[in-house]
Amino acid sequence: MVTGFSLPIIAPLGPEIFLAVIGCAVILADIIWKEQRYVVPVVSMAGAAAALIMVTKASGISFNGMYTVDAFSAFFKIVCLLGLMFAILMSLRHLDIMGVQRVGEYYSLMIFSCVGMMIMASATDLIVLYLGLELMALSVYCLVGLLKTDPRASEAAVKYLLLGAFSSCLLLFGMSYLYGTTGTTDMAAISKAMAAGKLTANPAFMMGLGLVVIAFCFKVAAAPFHMWTPDAYEGAMTPVTAYMSVGPKAAGFAALGRVLMEAFPNAHSEWVTAMIILAFLTMAIGNITALCQTSIKRMLAYSSIAHAGYALIGFLPGTAEGASATMNYLFMYLFMNMGAFAVIILLQYKCLVGEALEDYKGLAKTHPVAAGLMLVFMFSLTGIPPTAGFIGKFNIFMAALHAGYTWIVIFAVLFSAISAYFYLRVVMLMYMYEPEREMEIAPSGALSAVLAIALTGVILLGCYPNGILSYASKAIMGH
Amino acid sequence: MVQLLFFYFAFVVIALGLRIVTCKNPVHSVLLMLVLFFHMAGFYLLLNAEFLAAVQIIVYAGAILVLYLFVLFLVNLKEEVRMSPFIEKGKWLGIVGALALFVTFLRGVKSFTLGPHGTYTIEKVQQLTHTKAMGEAVYTTYILPFEIAGIILLVAVVGGLALAKREKKGA
Repeated sequence: MVTGFSLPIIAPLGPEIFLAVIGCAVILADIIWKEQRYVVPVVSMAGAAAALIMVTKASGISFNGMYTVDAFSAFFKIVCLLGLMFAILMSLRHLDIMGVQRVGEYYSLMIFSCVGMMIMASATDLIVLYLGLELMALSVYCLVGLLKTDPRASEAAVKYLLLGAFSSCLLLFGMSYLYGTTGTTDMAAISKAMAAGKLTANPAFMMGLGLVVIAFCFKVAAAPFHMWTPDAYEGAMTPVTAYMSVGPKAAGFAALGRVLMEAFPNAHSEWVTAMIILAFLTMAIGNITALCQTSIKRMLAYSSIAHAGYALIGFLPGTAEGASATMNYLFMYLFMNMGAFAVIILLQYKCLVGEALEDYKGLAKTHPVAAGLMLVFMFSLTGIPPTAGFIGKFNIFMAALHAGYTWIVIFAVLFSAISAYFYLRVVMLMYMYEPEREMEIAPSGALSAVLAIALTGVILLGCYPNGILSYASKAIMGH
Repeated sequence: MVQLLFFYFAFVVIALGLRIVTCKNPVHSVLLMLVLFFHMAGFYLLLNAEFLAAVQIIVYAGAILVLYLFVLFLVNLKEEVRMSPFIEKGKWLGIVGALALFVTFLRGVKSFTLGPHGTYTIEKVQQLTHTKAMGEAVYTTYILPFEIAGIILLVAVVGGLALAKREKKGA
């Protein structure tokens, strides 16, 4: 008989538990209302919206410090939940066009992966962090491979699964070293044990840290651990790709930020060199490889690698200013990237159309609104004012400059200039060429809503960034 | 005696691991894996973890290997598929990378220092018995990870179902 055990307060976990219940309810709803295809997305959407409201209310530390719901985690959870809602709206029409029948499983896997991301954002214990990551990753592997008629989807899913499993092994191996040398899996306790035992001089401990960082670099697609990204992004259905490029990435950054700043603040001088090299490589490989892509989804995959590089720069100073710059960058990236993918989905009236860059020739003549929207999102991804992309990059670079990392900022600006070539090439194809063939588009109310919200977000955040900046600057760990 | 056993298990596990990867015939691989799992269970016994040893044999050797065999029978894979590598000199690059990684790991292992022990000492585990000690830890301190693992299993079921179920034609 176990004595003295009482269940810890579960109120801080409210949104996660609620969303997990919705995930199960969606499967049931799919069985009960088989004919009414709108029921499942409506339930998912309402669940995500309710969870979003709950996230803004929940706070506290529970389960003996394993789970911390603070402003930092709430910010990332909002990004993930908004990503989920965008993805649900984008999927509505697209699933019909692609002939996907298992809608219940589709939405439920999306919701469960979001639960995993939320757990990752709040985990302050290595075991919980690992399990959150697996929950997220496992759901996304299945989502990528869901389109069984397309061999590319299966290939993408298998590649993603194998490399993901490999990165999980590295993560566990690293965690076992950290546990062995400190005797704990709690991040705050690791930080204390490190300071007490002067463990930064211990290669075994530092190897553990290195392996954990590498595993998260896999998840955020930072070079040289980005190999899975282009194939997985290209093979997956476009709404899944859009979701993958925002949700898991934000969750990966949340976990990386928390590990670096909560468990290893005292080893800052050790990890910062590695992070500078990673950020540099990521920006270089992402931006340069994107130049020679012929598929827009692959191009956006490399672009998302490059953006991971910019976001990594925010973590370099190890300060609240840097972390909040990365956070609001990810928030802005959500809008511009979701917008760009929504335009691609709009053009995918017939399965594969709209994936090749060639398909965008003369789009301004046939569909001026779609072309105009794409123009705004491409400008924002490049970082041209007055769009959100500019403000996001500006803040990250300022934070790094304040902390004295001048060189990496210079390189980041140079790589941004390179990125203008492949983003603006899309614009050039749309506006300066004659259309080669008739293109039909697949508009729907939900997709228009996504485009409208994304456009408003990109412009508003670009013109009036003070609101989000002050919110992100308050969203520091432990508050 | 314990050290001798440990080195026996460690040697067999590494040797079998290498053989399983290099083995051409997948059925042989699976059968070698069975032997490997039994030796892994030996490690757990050496660590006073008899419950984990039993679970290792029942779940891995009993259930998971049977699944592997089922898959092998279903796909009927006699010869492994070979593809030309994307990078021609990849083999040597890989060997150099692996050696560098091995040296790094070796250095890390050599400088390993054991951190402070937790609340479950060997005497306490022996007195409580391992099964009870583990049950207590999993259902009290680690209840949150335990529940998350439950959701992961649910996702595995849902995902497996979604991937394996045949789509209806033309619906």
